[in-house]
Amino acid sequence: MNLGRTKAIFKKEFIQIWRDPRSLALAFAIPMLLLVLFGYALSLDIDNIPMAVWNQDGSQTSIRFLDNFKLSKYFNIIGYYDNYPAMEHLIDKGTAMIAMVIPKHFSKYIQSNGVAPLQVIIDGSDSNTAQIVLGYVNSIVSSYNQKFMKDALAVNSITNSTPVDLRSRIWFNQDLDSKLFIVPGLIAIIMMIIAALLTSLTIAREWERGTMEQLISTPVRNVELIIGKFAPYFVIGFIDLVISVLTGILLFGVPLRGSPVLLFITSGIFLTGALMLGIYISVAAKSQLMACQMAILTSFLPTFMLSGFTYEIFNMPKWVQYVTYLVPARYFIVILRGIYLKGVGMEALWPNILAMLIFSFIAVRLAIMKFKKKVA
Amino acid sequence: MFTRITSLIVKEFLQVFRDPRMKFVIFVSPVVQVLIFGYAATMDITNVPTAVYDLDNTKESRDIIRDFSYSKYFDIQNYLQKEEDIDYVMDRARIKAVIKFNRGFAQDLTGNNTAHMQIIVDGTDSNAAQIILSYSGTIIANYNAKALKERTEIFLKRKNVYPVVDLRDREWFNENLYSKNFYLPGVIAMIVTLMSLILTSMAIVREKEIGTMEQLIVSPIKPIELIMGKITPFGIIAIVQMVMIAVVGVLWFKIPCRGSIPLLFGATLVYLLTSLGIGLFISTISSTQQEAMMSVFLFYFPAILLSGFAYPVANMPGWIQVITTLNPLKYYLVILRSIFLKGVGFLVLWDELLVLLVMGAAVIILSAFRFRKSLG
Repeated sequence: MNLGRTKAIFKKEFIQIWRDPRSLALAFAIPMLLLVLFGYALSLDIDNIPMAVWNQDGSQTSIRFLDNFKLSKYFNIIGYYDNYPAMEHLIDKGTAMIAMVIPKHFSKYIQSNGVAPLQVIIDGSDSNTAQIVLGYVNSIVSSYNQKFMKDALAVNSITNSTPVDLRSRIWFNQDLDSKLFIVPGLIAIIMMIIAALLTSLTIAREWERGTMEQLISTPVRNVELIIGKFAPYFVIGFIDLVISVLTGILLFGVPLRGSPVLLFITSGIFLTGALMLGIYISVAAKSQLMACQMAILTSFLPTFMLSGFTYEIFNMPKWVQYVTYLVPARYFIVILRGIYLKGVGMEALWPNILAMLIFSFIAVRLAIMKFKKKVA
Repeated sequence: MFTRITSLIVKEFLQVFRDPRMKFVIFVSPVVQVLIFGYAATMDITNVPTAVYDLDNTKESRDIIRDFSYSKYFDIQNYLQKEEDIDYVMDRARIKAVIKFNRGFAQDLTGNNTAHMQIIVDGTDSNAAQIILSYSGTIIANYNAKALKERTEIFLKRKNVYPVVDLRDREWFNENLYSKNFYLPGVIAMIVTLMSLILTSMAIVREKEIGTMEQLIVSPIKPIELIMGKITPFGIIAIVQMVMIAVVGVLWFKIPCRGSIPLLFGATLVYLLTSLGIGLFISTISSTQQEAMMSVFLFYFPAILLSGFAYPVANMPGWIQVITTLNPLKYYLVILRSIFLKGVGFLVLWDELLVLLVMGAAVIILSAFRFRKSLG
């Protein structure tokens, strides 16, 4: 390998990037946009659920029962109605998420020690939200019931009668702030997208424009060409990494509890693999459109859907879980969250680091081999 | 005029499909994606990997552990022997929750005192943690209700003390709370949007980049015919993809399709106006395919993330919600979910359709105007 020739390719590639300032700007704008969106706009926390009520009873007891919902921050009573069609329309339009019907004789049922049937209708379109809403309703109703029984026991001078007291402790993210969870994972997404988008077109472009033949006829060697192409994008990717880390800490207050050195080393390994995968695609595709499609299919979509960033891996069917082992970001995300939130190091993360090293090694080998075959 | 447009359409199809791999990318990969992502895209939290640290080891503590393991939500994977094991399994992210009983649990419980137990939850993923907390709360609340009922019955010397309020919940539209029913229509929108954007913008910029645009301009074809000929083939491809994904969704994943099929096609056509129009617009402002591809993603990420696909719009801050009213994908997603899950028709959806139609017309006219200028 000749350092001079590698540097020449590096310089050429750098000039080419520099001449397309819009692409370069986008290489920094897209990560920033993602950070801001995830940091400020997106949240899975659910409160202020719009609720429609039909109180057929109207008694003091029923109003006091409803107060339990009014006072919780989770529900927002948007109105009172007196027929089903009106409430159905609200749910159809999505204006109300939940409709509650308090039956006639609600208070009579309760005073006569009977059971009062309470009807709730929940829009189940979004099953995740529906489940959480149902959980909130359940807990309000069951604490109402328990209070009743406890009062009955208290009359007989038995206090302190909760049988089991569950104390929950939350580790690593005490306030359950979704930002702390999303931002470290987002770094993996950003690295993968930027790496794949930038490098997948770089060699395909040379093929399409016919400049590849010129490059081949020069004395530059394959390895030198690949490294010369790889290096400038590594620099861009690393700047993106630094931006993401700084934004996470300074703007969103995500704590970095583990070692920053380990964070940067593991990111370097991942970035190398991702860029080399992009170069492999670029060599194999020969046209930019094809390269773009392949990059989306092999890097962007699996990273977004199967890495554990958006959807929990333990929820997936077993065979999909096996597929996720092929997604390198899966390992990187565990590493990122481990370093950021748990403050753990090599001793806990080595299997994931090893998996990433293997991925990067294979990507480098593949890129070089594919290149040799195509050029020859 | 028609022959000129048709010949351009034929040329465009030939060009796209000249690379046989493109057939795979366009027709096979969406099906594969739906098959994998349809299983992966679920926000339901079930089978949470759980460990137990039971210092009491009595019938009572085992009863509660059994309540946890019989629910589909907790998957008890190991029994820990020492306190340090908790750190070990939590640090390595193998276990998301640890149930812990101290010595004397059963004694407190049978002695009519309050018995304490603990659940330690990995808060890294704040959303999952919240759901896990709510599940464990419900399990213990049910246990308490039963135990409290027994105690009350004993003390009040009365049989059959029932809960006071009995909750009867019904979920509409998606009765079994399957999240795939909610996410699959979203996958249609996601794939159709990305494909139409990428194909349109890159195909036009490609002509500029390799210099064949000049040849097209000197041919007798008029600008408006050129635009029609350029976007029609990609519209057809997008419709075919939509049909394939919908068929897989209905036949394989058994998602219901309750609404009208013609309305589904009509709405998709209206939506494609916008998405093809934006692809066209991007092509007028980009001079290289790299730029076009990056610009597509600059639009695509916020469009997907602010559409309600994975993150509910109702949870976003107010000013972000205002921005989402400009997002065409949000309306298309509402329409798709309404047609598939709610089976509502034109009468409920006409305002969304109207917004899309206005947006589509505006974008197409604006881009056509810019396109003509960039040719001139």
